[in-house]
Amino acid sequence: MTESKECERLLHSLGEYVDGELSEDLCTEIERHLLECHNCQVVVNTLRKTIELYHEEEEQETLPPEVGRRLYMRLNLEDYLRP
Amino acid sequence: MNEPNVKKPLSVQALKAGNREEFARMVEQYSPGIYRLALKMLGNAQDAEDVLQETFLKALRALPGFEERSSLSTWLYRIAMNEALMILRKKRPEAFSLEDQTTSQEDGESIEEPRDIVDWCCLPENELLSSEARDFLNRAVEQLSPALRAVFVLRDLQDLSVRETAEALGISETAVKTRLLRARLKLREELSAYYGHRMEVLGYDRIERM
Repeated sequence: MTESKECERLLHSLGEYVDGELSEDLCTEIERHLLECHNCQVVVNTLRKTIELYHEEEEQETLPPEVGRRLYMRLNLEDYLRP
Repeated sequence: MNEPNVKKPLSVQALKAGNREEFARMVEQYSPGIYRLALKMLGNAQDAEDVLQETFLKALRALPGFEERSSLSTWLYRIAMNEALMILRKKRPEAFSLEDQTTSQEDGESIEEPRDIVDWCCLPENELLSSEARDFLNRAVEQLSPALRAVFVLRDLQDLSVRETAEALGISETAVKTRLLRARLKLREELSAYYGHRMEVLGYDRIERM
């Protein structure tokens, strides 16, 4: 991917770019580069999607009820256990 | 979690004074997140449950002396992360001895170039999050070094800010950013190989592979 200096620069700012933490100027610069660099576009898209998938997967995981029950017992909080 | 009393912010003062009801609310609010954190760090339900229990037992003992230098949640995540790393260190010391040699490298300037350039974003959602894909996602996190995994779990899975992640791990914000980028790029690489293969199996045309 690092065919040009711009690709390399993008790589270093990638984290902040996908988190929306870069200055407007840098963003504009990166977006201009993305328009003409297919590889960087793919890397940005798949990086975003990677983070998104982990988010979605995480949201679907809950505390198993029996684990919660044992925790409350261990902490002597039985009276606060919700049915 | 929809109960009105859960939404009321926790009173740190009541917690420090040993109010049991407030402590129960804290447990209710944070136990799912702490369990997930431990599960992702350790990849084992029994270990994760141990971390969960130890975290709140330690918090209960330490609350009267809580100095509020960080938020309550960051403080709890810090206790939980220390517990998880301790178990990891006992079970897999080799991951840490290796890490000592690579930590400085991991915080250094150089970022590994992306290798797998395939756009798998077009795969349908049921393919991206099939049960097989979920297993793969979890295994990929487990393969990260403990240092990278800890940052990824706190920042991207538990949604802590860069600053909170730095506080919870006792490292600089710069180190958080570098490790986070490395972790994300490694995961992207793993996922690209996996989903790229799925695209081939399903007959999608791979646009380009470098």
